Amino acid sequence: MIKYTKQHEWVAINDGDEKAAVGITDYAQKQLGDIVYVELPGIGVKVNKGDEAAVVESVKAAAEVYSPISGEILEVNENLADSPELINNEAEANGWFFKLAPSEESELEELMDKEGYDKYIGGLD
Amino acid sequence: MKKNSNKGLQVEEPLIFEQSSPGACGVDFPEMEISKNKLGGNHRVKPIGLPNLSEPVAVRHYLRISQKNYCIDSGLYPLGSCTMKHNPRLNEKMARKPGLVDIHPLQPQSTVQGALELIYVCSEWLTKLTGMPGIAMSPAAGAHGELTGLMTIRAALEDRGNPRKKVLVPESAHGTNPASAQMCGYEIESIPANLSGRVDTEKLLGRLDKTVAAIMITNPNTCGLFEDQIVRVADAVHEIGGFLYCDGANFNAIVGRVKPGDLKIDSMHLNLHKTFSTPHGGGGPGSGPVVLSKELADYAPLPFVVKTDDRFELIESAEDTDKKPFGRIKGFHGQFGVFVRALTYMLSMGSDGLRQASGDAVLSANYLLAQLKDDLSISFEGPCMHEVLIDDRFLKDTGVTTLDFAKAMIDEGFHPMTMYFPLVVPGALLMEPTETESKESLDNYIDSVISLAKKAATENTKHFKDAPKYTPRRRLDETAAARNPILRWKPEKNSKNNSR
Amino acid sequence: MRYLPLTTDDRNKMLSEIGVGDIEELFKDVPNDALLKSAIDLPSHKSEMEVETSITSFAKKNKTTNVFPSFLGAGNYSHHIPASVDHLIQRGEFLTSYTPYQPEIAQGTLQALFEFQTQVSLITGMEVANASMYDGATATSEAVLMACRITRRDKIILSNGLHPHYNEVIKTNSRHLKLSIDSTSVYNKKALCELIDENTACIVVQNPDFFGRVQDFTELSETCHQYGALLIIAVTEIISLGALTNPGEMGADIVSGEGQSLGNPISFGGPHVGLLSTREKFLRQMPGRLAGETVDEDGKRGWVLTLSTREQHIRREKATSNICTNSGLCALAFSIHLSLLGEDGFTQLAKINHQKAIDLSKAIESLDEVELINETFFNEFTLKLPKPAISIVEEMANKGVLAGVPVKRLIPHDIDTENMLIVAATELTTNSDIEKFVTCLRETLS
Repeated sequence: MIKYTKQHEWVAINDGDEKAAVGITDYAQKQLGDIVYVELPGIGVKVNKGDEAAVVESVKAAAEVYSPISGEILEVNENLADSPELINNEAEANGWFFKLAPSEESELEELMDKEGYDKYIGGLD
Repeated sequence: MKKNSNKGLQVEEPLIFEQSSPGACGVDFPEMEISKNKLGGNHRVKPIGLPNLSEPVAVRHYLRISQKNYCIDSGLYPLGSCTMKHNPRLNEKMARKPGLVDIHPLQPQSTVQGALELIYVCSEWLTKLTGMPGIAMSPAAGAHGELTGLMTIRAALEDRGNPRKKVLVPESAHGTNPASAQMCGYEIESIPANLSGRVDTEKLLGRLDKTVAAIMITNPNTCGLFEDQIVRVADAVHEIGGFLYCDGANFNAIVGRVKPGDLKIDSMHLNLHKTFSTPHGGGGPGSGPVVLSKELADYAPLPFVVKTDDRFELIESAEDTDKKPFGRIKGFHGQFGVFVRALTYMLSMGSDGLRQASGDAVLSANYLLAQLKDDLSISFEGPCMHEVLIDDRFLKDTGVTTLDFAKAMIDEGFHPMTMYFPLVVPGALLMEPTETESKESLDNYIDSVISLAKKAATENTKHFKDAPKYTPRRRLDETAAARNPILRWKPEKNSKNNSR
Repeated sequence: MRYLPLTTDDRNKMLSEIGVGDIEELFKDVPNDALLKSAIDLPSHKSEMEVETSITSFAKKNKTTNVFPSFLGAGNYSHHIPASVDHLIQRGEFLTSYTPYQPEIAQGTLQALFEFQTQVSLITGMEVANASMYDGATATSEAVLMACRITRRDKIILSNGLHPHYNEVIKTNSRHLKLSIDSTSVYNKKALCELIDENTACIVVQNPDFFGRVQDFTELSETCHQYGALLIIAVTEIISLGALTNPGEMGADIVSGEGQSLGNPISFGGPHVGLLSTREKFLRQMPGRLAGETVDEDGKRGWVLTLSTREQHIRREKATSNICTNSGLCALAFSIHLSLLGEDGFTQLAKINHQKAIDLSKAIESLDEVELINETFFNEFTLKLPKPAISIVEEMANKGVLAGVPVKRLIPHDIDTENMLIVAATELTTNSDIEKFVTCLRETLS
């Protein structure tokens, strides 16, 4: 299951998984341009839904990445340090930022599904 | 044999580190007997790694690289809000005068009365031009001035018992505004612009409460427009016990015609390197004196010059004054060399010249607006002040972006206008011609801009994407520079980027 | 007016194209009672000749270091600037260009900044440096804020060897950011080590310090790192790096400095050039502009401003600093001077400066009532006089010698400083100057 936020983050978790992966959407990476650097959270850090969890920098902009759900950070994507372009090329797959153990199941319900998100970004331009 | 990739006067010039010659030196020293040192065993043992160059090699190096720069002396430089006006060489001659260039800041004050008087006279010109009673001369640049202005406001509020929490800043403000407010310990609230390019006064007034320490306004604003509601805003913020800070970067539009004091502004920085013609020097040095209202004047930082009869005194300690300086923001006394240049300019132009300058600056910008409005999309209805804001609507569906348009301007022989600022319109192009361009120069520029706009409309995108072609370097890979920062030359490294 | 090219004819044509009758109509958005109807009451325009006369009249009222033997330092130093420097920085391409926002037509500025950054890194012994700041005091203040961001701590220690102006600027800038400052009167290295704990963000020392003393801070850096704190070393006389162990070798995490001694005249204290260098791992927390190497579309090496997303025009209130301008032309002058000196010249210049200070100190030995406080020094040291230094300096100035900086001028509240005088010598100091100093001081004390 993949859900989306209005700040252009996505969170993905499959049944039985302990960890949910979080990243930014393809729309977001297009807006930012070539990504040059990512500041990732520390392992073990506990975040609440809506907290700033990471910062992503492109040549012309910097943006905060907010955690779509609450939980404890268990893993970060080490590949992004050497290959930040993964975020441009595979934003919604290998360009994930971090994985966390969700602490509140119900939060996922509050987010948009793909159809809802596509409609949302369609209305933005 | 290295391949020669020179092209006429544009010579490929390596780094100084790549031209080192063992034993060469560009400076001679007199013979001297060296005795045992008194460094306590802390003498340097390892080499530093600096290159050795003779004078001819060094001079040639810097001359060659200078030739790769565009500058005001070479052509129109329409960078919005930067006021790239002519930099008179008289300023340079005066700043180098014996008696001004060779005095030490900590000499006994009795031996530098002329210097203190110069600072005083310079500050008098600035306070009279702005109609404000107080001034802080020491900030080193505009952003430094903003910080200083906010600190005087905070000091005044602390004196009244409560520094408050917030500063309101328009969305269109230059980034230094919120950054300065943050450095002063304030939270920032952003106010959007309205459809006429001014700050949305209703929204602004709606956010005013007793937690607001100050409002920061740029006037004329970054869209090149006069904030006509400014007195209303001033009254409203004063009513709740706050202050009005004005970013004076665009003072060139109104110098000699409007006094910020008459607009009820409390604190405003001036950019001597913009309005007052001191040279931009490739990015500095600047000078950002801050004029202050009666309520704030006493909080100006140390040091400052006072005049008693015929004597000038530099106050360097809070104990030596009844005023309440909030502290010190810079080493020594301020950008003295820049004061000399600015005063030279003010004496040269005089009150009448400065008034004519702002008139011509505004006239030139409106002339651009009138001539360009049919081919480009002017963002807001005129008249504008000293700069005109254009957005990328005229490029819609052409495949040409603001960036591409700017790069094509380079091939036309002009430095591009400011791009993508302010953020309140999409793909912004902000043009400030200044008053030191002849009509021929303006007409040339207009001609180029219109022909490019027409070219873009015919969807000749290749022309734009290939630009610039006639420059020492084509478009540079900024992504690679940021992903893999190489910020200095390193001895062992054989840079794969080295085209030689 | 010579700087205004538009003629009356031009103006009329332009007004007609715009469709207004006069310039005043273009100011219609200004509230009517704020729009001045005539020029402000200030003098009207003047010819070059007249302006020169006015400015010269200010200059004539000053006693200058070119005429009088001068021994002033304390953060601002008289050095010889090679003739080429001033000629090169006055080339229009350097003088009248601006920040290199369009790198294709600013390779001159960018290459010069890249070379400057390299030179500063090399002489300070650090991995990376920025493209300069306003001055040494503000650079040091930025270094402190940087250390607080990196360590996420708020306790700062300032050693008493730090230039009082630097101390004051740090205090002014830190006050609003809820940082606590311990301005220790302690000088001794061991005692400084004892002040550091797990709450310390940084400790700031100066080398040579305000009184001219030279130290090794290696042990201090080790203590800092044990506690996760950062060591900041400030350098006010940059020529000293030609002779001394550099801060990087001592284990400094951030080096801040004043570059005025190279390429820039004393100019009554400004404009100068602030230096900031650090370790690569702290790069993204470093404020100020950075020139970075890259390639263009043809694969040719070139330079651009980079990592600007840390800066105010993008991050706004979350920026590393509010700084926008660097000290461009002053940094260029620094760089050109250092290029002319090179490794050999810089080393030799430092040796000569130190020797001149030794010569001066030896000559002062003949004055029994004057005590030299320093065991170590580079080109500056502190004397203890039998009487208050401020009045002695005033008298000596009347007799034609600019004797030095009374410590009390910068540290007014410490009773011990009243008789202390900071005296500097550089390559410009002649034997005749030294003789005059000693003779004059002897006379003044008797």
